[in-house]
Amino acid sequence: MGLLSDPVRRRALARIVLRLNTPLCVLSYVAGIAWFLALAFPPLTQRTYMSENAMGSTMVEEQFVGGDRAQGFARDFAAHQRKSRALPVAWLERMMRSVGLEVYTQSFSRKLPFPDETHERFMVSGTNVYGILRAPRAASTESLVLTVPCGPDSTNSQAVGLLLALAAHFRGQIYWAKDIIFLVTEHDLMGTEAWLEAYHDVNVTGMQSSPLQGRAGAIQAAVALELNSDVVTSLDVTVEGLNGQLPNLDLLNLFQTFCQKGGLLCTLQGKGLQTLLLMVLRQASGRPHGPHGLFLRYRVEALTLRGINSFRQYKYDLVTVGKALEGMFRKLNHLLERLHQSFFLYLLPALSRFVSIGVYMPATGFLLLVLGLKALELWMQLHEVGVSPQEAGGSPNPGPPLPGAQGVSLASLLAPVLISQAMGLALYILPVLGQHVAVQHFPVAEAEAVVLTLLAIYVAGLALPHNTHRVVSSQAPDRGWMALKLVALIYLALQLGCIALTNFSLGFLLAATMVPAAALTSPHGPRPFYAALLMLTSPAAILLGSLFLWRELQEVPLSLAEGWQLFLTALAQGVLEHHTYGALLFPLLALGLYPCWLLFWNVLFWK
Amino acid sequence: MAAPCFFSRLWRAALALLALGSLAASQIEDQAKQFFRSGHTNNWAVLVCTSRFWFNYRHVANTLSVYRSVKRLGIPDSHIVLMLADDMACNARNPKPATVFSHKNMELNVYGDDVEVDYRSYEVTVENFLRVLTGRIPPSTPRSKRLLSDDRSNILIYMTGHGGNGFLKFQDSEEITNIELADAFEQMWQKRRYNELLFIIDTCQGASMYERFYSPNIMALASSQVGEDSLSHQPDPAIGVHLMDRYTFYVLEFLEEINPASQTNMNDLFQVCPKSLCVSTPGHRTDLFQRDPKHVLITDFFGSVRKVEITTETLSLQRDSQITESSYKEDRMDEELMEPLKYAEQLPVAQIIHQALLAEVWTLPSAPCGMLGSRSWPATFTGSVLQLVTSPVHVLSQSSELHKVQF
Repeated sequence: MGLLSDPVRRRALARIVLRLNTPLCVLSYVAGIAWFLALAFPPLTQRTYMSENAMGSTMVEEQFVGGDRAQGFARDFAAHQRKSRALPVAWLERMMRSVGLEVYTQSFSRKLPFPDETHERFMVSGTNVYGILRAPRAASTESLVLTVPCGPDSTNSQAVGLLLALAAHFRGQIYWAKDIIFLVTEHDLMGTEAWLEAYHDVNVTGMQSSPLQGRAGAIQAAVALELNSDVVTSLDVTVEGLNGQLPNLDLLNLFQTFCQKGGLLCTLQGKGLQTLLLMVLRQASGRPHGPHGLFLRYRVEALTLRGINSFRQYKYDLVTVGKALEGMFRKLNHLLERLHQSFFLYLLPALSRFVSIGVYMPATGFLLLVLGLKALELWMQLHEVGVSPQEAGGSPNPGPPLPGAQGVSLASLLAPVLISQAMGLALYILPVLGQHVAVQHFPVAEAEAVVLTLLAIYVAGLALPHNTHRVVSSQAPDRGWMALKLVALIYLALQLGCIALTNFSLGFLLAATMVPAAALTSPHGPRPFYAALLMLTSPAAILLGSLFLWRELQEVPLSLAEGWQLFLTALAQGVLEHHTYGALLFPLLALGLYPCWLLFWNVLFWK
Repeated sequence: MAAPCFFSRLWRAALALLALGSLAASQIEDQAKQFFRSGHTNNWAVLVCTSRFWFNYRHVANTLSVYRSVKRLGIPDSHIVLMLADDMACNARNPKPATVFSHKNMELNVYGDDVEVDYRSYEVTVENFLRVLTGRIPPSTPRSKRLLSDDRSNILIYMTGHGGNGFLKFQDSEEITNIELADAFEQMWQKRRYNELLFIIDTCQGASMYERFYSPNIMALASSQVGEDSLSHQPDPAIGVHLMDRYTFYVLEFLEEINPASQTNMNDLFQVCPKSLCVSTPGHRTDLFQRDPKHVLITDFFGSVRKVEITTETLSLQRDSQITESSYKEDRMDEELMEPLKYAEQLPVAQIIHQALLAEVWTLPSAPCGMLGSRSWPATFTGSVLQLVTSPVHVLSQSSELHKVQF
């Protein structure tokens, strides 16, 4: 008979698996972590290279000299903005028209689920201003975008000045084959989202935006610019976007080539492993770290460039930044197709080195293997012990209760699962829904109410096991927790696997922290230790821990109180971003991982 | 006393004259040999650029540079078939519209104002190229798009674009293989559409394209060997693309020194662009060619030279009808034999050469001047001033044939 159908051989195989399980799990986990840490170093990283033939290896001569003009525009803009406290729309329109663009405006408004510190009202409304430079000798079928986000807290006036000066320079050239859109948005990313939704004629986030009067064809690439001062010591580039999406690596390669050409110092925060971890944390958070993050949803390759003015000695003025941008746009002008030749999924240990998906995926694979092995062990324990005739018909579903002490009823498994899922649903819906009730009864602002409700429900879930046992009839106490743990392990493995495919960083981070706790949990053994471990690896604790790690990596370490404040802010922002941009971290954690974690909590406190 | 003296003097004078005459005759024989050295009477050029898109600017510039040289050396537009994608000069990305430059700093505009493109844009396909070569063209094709060569035509074929081992890419959508090209040339040979052919290719792994030729009278040059890439020469930062490929750049420089009277031969062309300048190793193939390359002038292919020799001697030109009769007989025999030939059993070169040796028709009489035999060709000229001009005669006869074609 075959290996798996021969009962004698099966028992032998099962015994081997059971004996080797723990060492294999430990080995696999260590291999996964080690593989990840090794990603920052040479054999696993590759040098970046330009894959798109149309953008080629030739350089173009930049001729931008409008530094003074840019500064003039910037000063005017800052003055007008101080006067009007909002975006000086009329002034922008006038300036863009004088430079020679076709100018349009767009108004938008959004009712926030709850007001946070940056927007202290429920209703946010604003106006975007954009000018289109039409290609002189081409049909308007494709376009490029240069965008500057303006918000109440970040004035970004130098960037606006540079945008206008570049527009004036570009208008005088005849070699454009694509239209160029110069976009100034109000309220930072909300304006960008409104503009993008109106441009593509979709409505994914419930924004009310007026339809656009002027359009320019399919957007091929976009660059967002944030400058705070008129001299910069370096240009920082951000690639991570909403839900961990990344632009095509060629765009980054293009930027890096022009930085090298112009002698401009371009940086990615940190060095080596630090950069890699920072990128992982940023990607895992799923926030759009700049307007480019919102462009990526529409498959428009985009980058955000931030000018940094630190205490380095050598400073670059606006002309250098302008030349780099001019070069980039001139090369993007050569494109005939969308950027698709280079990687879409990668990690960056440095600006000129990358790790491709084929190389980093095994790290998560090793971690999820631990869950698989544990599940296999439990499965064998559930069906192995006892006499042989019983195990021949072992089906994955413990359906109708088997005679004797073998099977576990579906009902007894379903109850904890449903209750945990209900808890997750409550965590997802109640905070925003119940904020008004909370505000009436407690002296807190709406944002704080939301966060506190969130935490309250989270902690309430910890008290569950004492209650679920009243619902569940203890038919076979020992089998019960094994079956529940088996279901929980498979649930966790599926979720983490799916998350890792789309957002590797989030998947890996969650796997690295939750897998040991999940594998170790059992009602027998040192209960306080396991409880502490499980608490430390709950989704909320992971969030807190990663915030501390993030600040540590940025060399701005946090004290405990600061950390807690930041944590609360992060929670509020997570919920807000889910409602305004469609970020998926909050629903994933609330509806997916928290119920799964609760199942393990139930297993731990099984009686 | 005076009479024998006189006669002896006369006799000596006559001998001297005879000696001079024979010297002159041998001189004129040499001249005539020079005159009929190449055997071609007209020149054609087929210049093909197989790429399109802005980043392939250099291929169009390559082809236009060769076009310009060929026109300068005398081949008229009516004898040039130019196939270009032609989307560079008026491309929206061109900062200097209506120009195509081959040297940076915009020194030389090869597009000019008298470029005549025969196949432009999407008409440059493998099918059109092969139809042009073999002459299997639909009757509605305009005259400028036809290669109307005959058995006395020397044809220059220049191709550039992106290529690989054994193929050349046409406009990013199809390819021509070296086998197809070799077969096309064979069809041309069998239809007597060329006298001699010079094939130049400037692509990556260009030497693979001439590996499979098997028809006689073909000389081939390539810019790189199999496994090597042909590199581009210089980028122009104002335009933003590479302007020329290295091999064609140096060939162009070489051709700029040639004028219609140059006696530079093919061996010099083989030396153009050594590895130090070109980075790739240019190659050439001359085994199918019958003449020695050092006797082949550049202007035999790149120019259209009207040969004129002025002489005061008379020369009778005889057609060696023996060979022609036998060749006609063999033609007829082959027609009778007529069996379908499989690809692997293509006619061997030697047999074809023996069959079609028309170059030796013009033989020189063994005796010096003035011997009119009964077998002399009707067009023998006698007279005090003998002008041996063959090309206009042939052009006349050719044009009369062409007139027939028109009606």
